Amino acid sequence: MNDPVDVLIIGAGASGAAVAWSLAETKMQILCLEQGGWMNPAEYPTTGRDWEAKFYGEWATSPNIRSRPEDYPINDDNSPIKVVNYNAVGGSTVMYTAHWPRLHPSDFKVRTLDGVADDWPIDYDALTPFFEENDRIMGTSGLSGDPLSPLTHPPMPQQPLGLSGAILGKAMNKLGWHWWPSDTTVATTDYEGRARCINLGHCTPACAQGAKSSTDITYWPLAVRAGVELRTHCRVREITTDENGMASGVVYYDKDGVEQYQAAHVVIIACNGVGTPRLLLNSASSRFPNGLANSSGLVGKNLMFHPYAQIYGYVKEPTDSNRAPPTCLWSKEWYDTDLSRGFVRGYGVQFVRGAGPVFEAVVSEQKGILPWGADHHRVFRKLNGHRLGFSAICEDLPEEHNCVTLDPVLKDSHGIPAPKINYTISENSQKMMDHALARGREVLEMAGATDLCVNSPIPWGGWHLLGTARMGTDPERSVVNEWGRTHDVKNLFIVDGSIFVTSGGVNPTSTIQALALYIADQMKQRLANLFD
Amino acid sequence: MPESYQLTRAQRDDLRTVAAMIVPASDEYRVPGADDPAIQADILATLGRDAKLVTEALEHLARLAGQPLAELDDRRRDVVAQEFRQHGGAAAATLVRVVLQCYYRDDRVLRSLGLELRAPFPNGYVLPDGDWVLLDPVKARGGTLRRAP
Repeated sequence: MNDPVDVLIIGAGASGAAVAWSLAETKMQILCLEQGGWMNPAEYPTTGRDWEAKFYGEWATSPNIRSRPEDYPINDDNSPIKVVNYNAVGGSTVMYTAHWPRLHPSDFKVRTLDGVADDWPIDYDALTPFFEENDRIMGTSGLSGDPLSPLTHPPMPQQPLGLSGAILGKAMNKLGWHWWPSDTTVATTDYEGRARCINLGHCTPACAQGAKSSTDITYWPLAVRAGVELRTHCRVREITTDENGMASGVVYYDKDGVEQYQAAHVVIIACNGVGTPRLLLNSASSRFPNGLANSSGLVGKNLMFHPYAQIYGYVKEPTDSNRAPPTCLWSKEWYDTDLSRGFVRGYGVQFVRGAGPVFEAVVSEQKGILPWGADHHRVFRKLNGHRLGFSAICEDLPEEHNCVTLDPVLKDSHGIPAPKINYTISENSQKMMDHALARGREVLEMAGATDLCVNSPIPWGGWHLLGTARMGTDPERSVVNEWGRTHDVKNLFIVDGSIFVTSGGVNPTSTIQALALYIADQMKQRLANLFD
Repeated sequence: MPESYQLTRAQRDDLRTVAAMIVPASDEYRVPGADDPAIQADILATLGRDAKLVTEALEHLARLAGQPLAELDDRRRDVVAQEFRQHGGAAAATLVRVVLQCYYRDDRVLRSLGLELRAPFPNGYVLPDGDWVLLDPVKARGGTLRRAP
């Protein structure tokens, strides 16, 4: 048996890293168990000529396709949107686009403002200092002053506009619509030991330059230096409880596959909106027969994905193709509720610069716009290096039937039951997606694009895993309280995207990390009576 | 590649034939077809985890053709190809993707496209900064962030 620790964190991704770093100053003994390992940038795709081919195999965004030993399978057959993630130190920050919007203040008061879903038990102002702190540590770039976004203070200037950004900006101006250079976690100058971006291409499958911020190169070196122990290749099977109904530790499999027990005084879950409910449901016991912290019955319920409505096309001028970070601009033109559009709430837009030649060939062939035979070469030259994209991130509202449960058959390599997803796109979301596609078509046509293609939803677009252990003050309607502690188990905390009450219409990682820092701060303020 | 997924000679012949149907050689663009020996060798050497589905696709193709693909006349071969692409599912899509991902990393092809023959790292690329005056109308228009109570 391992010696007990004060704090045990499960998961070393976006939120686990942030909470570990923040709590390190307490000098408590902190241990993090991570099912993956440390990354090796020398092996990242862009170091090889076959970089694009790797996206279809060992660097696929879907864990079901990637199937590395660190991954666990997910049954997402009952969902039009497939789960994508990454399992390693750094979690899915290793494999994300680094697009860095925040939730808006209005996103925390959805019920009050629009009469749907629920308000959060906290507001934007409670998170403001943690957004700022997180931006400093993750290292953000951007242009302060966007009139339609919360005020940010990125420590680095925005990415270049590039060829694609200029074409899109002109089109948006002609239509009179809002656009702004995106805040990103791509370093545009040398920053805190990270080299600046040299435009390796698509940032998503890890950045060999280290310009894209991921927590393995930002929070974790700081946390480890401050005394946090990070144990890799350790997969937690279940959280155990004692006779008082308190979390007592975890059972996990170490790097050699040997079952281990780790006792802890406090347990913090940071496994994302699929991994967290999976773990809680797998921790069912005679004391907690429906799963741990699940007296509300809401563990796993209210899964929100953000359905992506994507439209893209091809212009005559060259675009940035794969020679730049993929996203460059955002728009909040349709972010807030306008019921004349036929739906409630709204969506953010991220514009996409282009694609590399292999991706272009494969996708265009699948879409039927790149023919086989003699005309292949002419058409390919018209498409390659000329793509522009418009992707709407549509706010998903919480619905209990959208859920994560345990698959009765499927198991991971340690024999632990795998998660099963049941998810449908709501009528409101579908109307929002249709609206977004119509606006995207207008933008692209204004830019002179032809051969427009649609992915709605983007099938492998389940990046944002939210809502499955929601936050609230009512124990019957939520899983954790307003500072991240589970209502049922007073030394068990959740800090990842599963605690979101609503999803907003933006990429959530910035908000997830701000929440993790906020919860860590709340814990530090309450150390003397943390379990009261 | 696992031994159980080694392609037979007939399957390799069909793979070469269908690859040339997808991307034929072009004098105009000075590029080889996807049936080029070097590209075929790349495909076979890197099939890896795709081998199972590619084998399935070639078995499907063989059933549709009833004989070596290369021995069909053009019209019949086109019919087979159309059927294969329309109803071949994930296996056919994988075969096509494997052909394209090897074709579009061949030196001769990249040169014809005006692309550099190198990995993105460590040199990267230069991205023009662009003219940020474009943002002036957005700044002038302004706007208000929706207030929360």
